[in-house]
This record gives sequence, structure tokens and C-alpha cells, in this order.
Amino acid sequence: MSGLLRCAGIDIGSRSVELVVMEGETVVHSRIAPSGFDPLASANALLAETHYDRLIATGYGRHLLELAQDVETVTEIKAYARGAGHALPGCRTVLDIGGQDVKAISIGDNGRVVKFEMNDRCAAGSGKFLEIMAHTLGYTLEEFGPAALTAQHDVSINSMCTVFAESEVTSLLHKGASRADIALAVHRSIVKRAVGMVNRVAVTEPLLFAGGGALNPCTRRLLAEALGMEIHVPEAPQMLGALGAARLSP
Amino acid sequence: MSEDYRKMWEGLGLDLAAHDALLSVLGQGYQQLFLSQKNRPAGMGYFDFVMSEVHGLRVKELLDAKAAGRKVIGAFCLFVPEEIVLAADGVMVGLCTGADFATEKAEELLPRNTCALIKSMFGFKLGRVCPYMESCDMIVGENTCDGKKKAYESFGALVDNLYVMDMPQMKSPQGRDLLKSEYYRFLKAVEELTGVTIDAARLKKGIAVVNNKRKAVQRLAKLRAADPAPISGLDALLVNQIFFYDDPVRFTASVNALCDELEQRITKNEGVFAAGTPRILMAGCPMAVPNWKVPAIVEGSGAVIVGEESCIGERGTRTLVKDSAPDLYGLMDAITDRYFTIDCAIFTPNPSRTEHIHEMKSACKADGVIHYGLPFCQPYQMEAIPIEKKLTANGIPVMRLETDYSSEDAGQLKTRVEAFVELLK
Ligand code: SF4
Ligand code: SF4
Repeated sequence: MSGLLRCAGIDIGSRSVELVVMEGETVVHSRIAPSGFDPLASANALLAETHYDRLIATGYGRHLLELAQDVETVTEIKAYARGAGHALPGCRTVLDIGGQDVKAISIGDNGRVVKFEMNDRCAAGSGKFLEIMAHTLGYTLEEFGPAALTAQHDVSINSMCTVFAESEVTSLLHKGASRADIALAVHRSIVKRAVGMVNRVAVTEPLLFAGGGALNPCTRRLLAEALGMEIHVPEAPQMLGALGAARLSP
Repeated sequence: MSEDYRKMWEGLGLDLAAHDALLSVLGQGYQQLFLSQKNRPAGMGYFDFVMSEVHGLRVKELLDAKAAGRKVIGAFCLFVPEEIVLAADGVMVGLCTGADFATEKAEELLPRNTCALIKSMFGFKLGRVCPYMESCDMIVGENTCDGKKKAYESFGALVDNLYVMDMPQMKSPQGRDLLKSEYYRFLKAVEELTGVTIDAARLKKGIAVVNNKRKAVQRLAKLRAADPAPISGLDALLVNQIFFYDDPVRFTASVNALCDELEQRITKNEGVFAAGTPRILMAGCPMAVPNWKVPAIVEGSGAVIVGEESCIGERGTRTLVKDSAPDLYGLMDAITDRYFTIDCAIFTPNPSRTEHIHEMKSACKADGVIHYGLPFCQPYQMEAIPIEKKLTANGIPVMRLETDYSSEDAGQLKTRVEAFVELLK
């Protein structure tokens, strides 16, 4: 065993909890689990599986852990920025499409957050939106992106509100549009919104695309097209927050 | 609360059960947000007392004043000149619109996409929970934003004493003429209501009382420039909120006493937060009682609020009325001039507001600005975008928040505010 400190970061999100442990700049342990109905218990279960010297919590549920065991917390914004520096050295812009949130972060020369945008209140444009639309169209989340890439015709979805978009999808189905075509339209509308957010923080290359949304090949392709630049996706796009928190913990 | 108060509330026609519920929520919120703060100045004791008696003693005072023949006039906006009311021995109270109440009932009369402030005005009336509203001999509405001016049309059917004032939209000579003629019309209406004829001496007295009240809060505003901040933003906001319904002379004395204490704190380098705590200027929509949500989140995230560019704050207090004119006409001119400096977002164009934010940012040594807008408030939401651009271009960190009185977005709000505070560190 090395003599380095083991620095842990835990990201307690609305959909999943991620834990990353680092020794120096090396990730030595990483795990992901669903948040379930008791995110604190899920977090504690992950923490019990390993050992660490320092811990920082981030994510929607960070204050749960802070209350339970007095750990330090940082916001997802700061954690993502810090994680991005590891996943893509020199990274200047981060886009994250997560379970309930979408955020765009612009990072300065010194690796610090310069400006950020985050959706308020509703989950429009987030992973949840994709999930509901996939379900309406009878796809699993994993099938959804690849299916959209097989689309043949242009149709469009105009509403970003999940409830309205769902009825748009239904009425398109009733008009005879194909599932794949509608799937593409759903992806387009998500990307359009994400691009708006990225542009508001002033997009600079290189750009890192993270969060569960980055696992989707259709979202990735549309985003690269819309921004006209290369999109970097980290190896484990959902782990970026936990990675950043771990890097912040020494 | 004593039995007398229950009788008093019953006499005012309040819905006692609903009113109990409102008071208990208010009390709990107050306990959690205000009384739990550390290192509070002792001078806040007076304001705590006022808050604890907000529907008790102060309402009783109003009713006593009424029994003695004085008239009570309620207002929703900064543009209603308290000077004129006081000149006729009237009492003016700000009608607070800072909480969701009877929203479903309000939405039978208002579209859903109406700002929370306007909905609250209807909700408090329809739910029969506001002893101030029920004590008013006259309620003054004003044609400011489209939401408000159209809302008064329906509100007029709910109360029998609504007086509506017209408002200019541009700061032109014609706009000033309109405001002036509306103030003369208001003066006449107040004279009719009270039976008092207002002369120069009376108006001068009214001006002096309100000027003194404003001077006291200006003094408070200046002291907040110190680092460490001698008072929390939550407490300072509370003082600015109580400005609107406490007895003006007593209020002035209490604010000055608080300021004496804060001056001592500053000499001793004592504060409510550590020196170097990130400092935030709040700008935007009014924060009426008990709308403490955003300030509580900000100060719970490791920052201190050092100023409010708001109607409940410096927009309403930073200018005084000149009292040098010898006659009523001169004084009415001075009143018009003073109120015409208010940089409400209903004016177009409104460059002085952006300038004022810049000035305040330097004066209170803020590190960043949070612009607060109520959803569906077009004037402030629209103005927020160019203001953000201008401030950002000048290197000032800004965050725009849009949120109403509900708590459903508290988690996301907290993350955004904390991230903004991290960025200022
Ligand atoms: S924002 Fe404008 S209309 Fe509203 S209270 Fe303030 S001055 Fe009046
Ligand atoms: S100016 Fe905005 S906050 Fe004030 S009443 Fe109109 S819409 Fe509401």
C-alpha cells in the first residue's frame, strides 16, 4: 500500500450515488449505486465498502451527509469543474446532463469556475426528460439514443415541458410518425436547450460532456454538430462530480 | 396571544382558524430564521417585539387611532406618498404581500401566470387573514405594471374602499406632470377622507417625519459597508420591512438606537460573520414580509447580504423630500421630484437603476450581485438581462434568480446560491 492519503469524494445525486477514492492523481476505487428512497443509506453503504482519510460530499444530497457526520461539502458546480480538470486537462467548458439537472460551467485559466448556468425548478431537458420520452415511445434508456440515430424523417417537438412534450409525442404517434423519427426529435429538443445554456456561459474549447446524458450516442452526435466542435466524453461521465470532490478533499 | 386580540380579530371579520394557521407558520419561520442567528445586535430586540406583535399590538394601535378619529390608509407600492397621509393625521401602512395564501381562490380571479405578489394581495383578502387590510379606511392601488393595474380592476370588487392612482411610464416632463397631478388628486382624496385641510405647515411636518425615518435607514445602510458586517442581511431586511407599518417616530428612534450599537461594534471590529465573508448585494423585486426565502438561503450558504436594491430597501429610502419651499405648491413639487427619482422597473427606459446598482455595489463593498425576480414579473425579469450584461462587462459577478414564495425549488436554489458563493471566494 502506498503512503499517499486516500481522498474520497461522494456525489449524492437524485438518481444515483457515486464514490471515488484517489491516491494522489490516481483513482484507486470507484463505485456507483442507485440513490433509492434513502440516499443517505445508499451513501453510507458505499462508504462502508472502502476506507479513506479525507472525504468531501457533493450533489443534491450533500447536506444529508453533512448533517449526519459533519463532512465538508462543495456544490456540484465546483466539483464538476475540478473533476473536469482531471478528466480533460485544460478543459474550459463543462456540460452536464444529469438525472434532474442540466448545468453548463465555464472554467477560467486557473481551473476556477467563472460562470455557470443551471436549470431552475423543473427537470426539462434533463435525463429524466429523456427517460420519460423513451418510456412513452416504448424504448429503454439504453435503446433510446441508438434508435434515434436510425431516424429517416424530420419531425419536431416544440415543448420542453415534460407533460406537454409527452402529449406532443403521443399526437405524433397518432399521426403515423415513426418511433425512431420522434426519438430523434426528442434528442434534438434536449440538445437545443443544452446548447442555449452552454452559449450563455460563453463556450470555449475544449468542452467536456458529462453526466448520464453523455452516455447517449445521439445526444453526443447532435451536440457536436450543433456546437461545431469536438465533444470530449470522460471514461465514466457520471463519476465526474465524485472525482472532483475527491480531488478537492486533500 | 391574549383573548383581547382574538376578539379584535373577530371584530375585523378575520377567519380565525385560517389566521391561527398563518400566525403559527409565521412564528415558526421567524424562530428558525431570525432568532437562531448568532451574534445578533441587542437592538434587534425591538424589531423582534414588533414582529411578535405584528397582528396584535400594532393592529390595536391602529384601531385605537381610528377610534380617536384618525384614518388608516393602506398601500402596496412605494409611489404612495406617506407625507400626504401624515399631513392629514392619517396612518399609512404597507400591506404586505410576501406569502402564498388562499392561492386557489386567488386563481379564480387571476390568471395562473400572475406574479406571486399580486396573487398574495388577493389571497390575503379572500382568505380574510390580514388585520391591516381589514382596518383600512382607504386602500391605494397604483397603475404600475400591467399585472397590477389590471388586477386592481378585480380587486376593486373585493373591497369597497379602493382608490387607484395613475402612474407615468416615462421619466419625461409629461410623466412628471402626470405624477404631480395624481399627487394633487390624492391630496384631495385624503382631505376628503380625513376631513382635514392640508396646509404647508402640516405637509412640512409630514415630510419631516418621513425624512427622518428615511435618514435612519440610510444610516443603517451605510454601516453595513463595514467588514465584518455588523448586522446580518436578514435582520437589515426585517428593519426595512417593518419600515412600512410601524409607527414612524418610534421606528426612527429604534433604528437610530440600533445604529448606535452597530457603530460601537464596528469600532470594536465585531460582526455577525467573520471578516472576509463573501458579500452580496441583492437587487430586484420587492421582498415583502414574510418573503425571507432567498436571503435565508444566501446567508445559510456562507455569504452575507450587505444591501438591497429593492423597494423594501434602498429604492424606497435613498432620496429625501426637500422641505425648503414656503408654500403647499412648492412642497408638492418637492414631493413629486423625490418620488420621481424612484427607479422602478415599470419606467422605460430606466438607466438610473443600473447606475444605482453599480453605485451600491461599490458603496456596500459587495463582491457580487444576485438579481431576484418573481416569476411572471415582466418589468424586473426583462430588466435583469441587460443589467446582468452590463455588470458582467464591468467584471462584477452576477446571478439571476427567479423564484416565488413556494419552497419546492429550495434544493436547486441552494445549489445555485452556494456555487455562486464559492465563485466569489
Ligand atoms: S416594484 Fe415598482 S410597482 Fe412594485 S412596489 Fe416597487 S415601486 Fe411599486
Ligand atoms: S412589478 Fe413585478 S413584482 Fe411588482 S406587481 Fe408587477 S409583476 Fe409583480
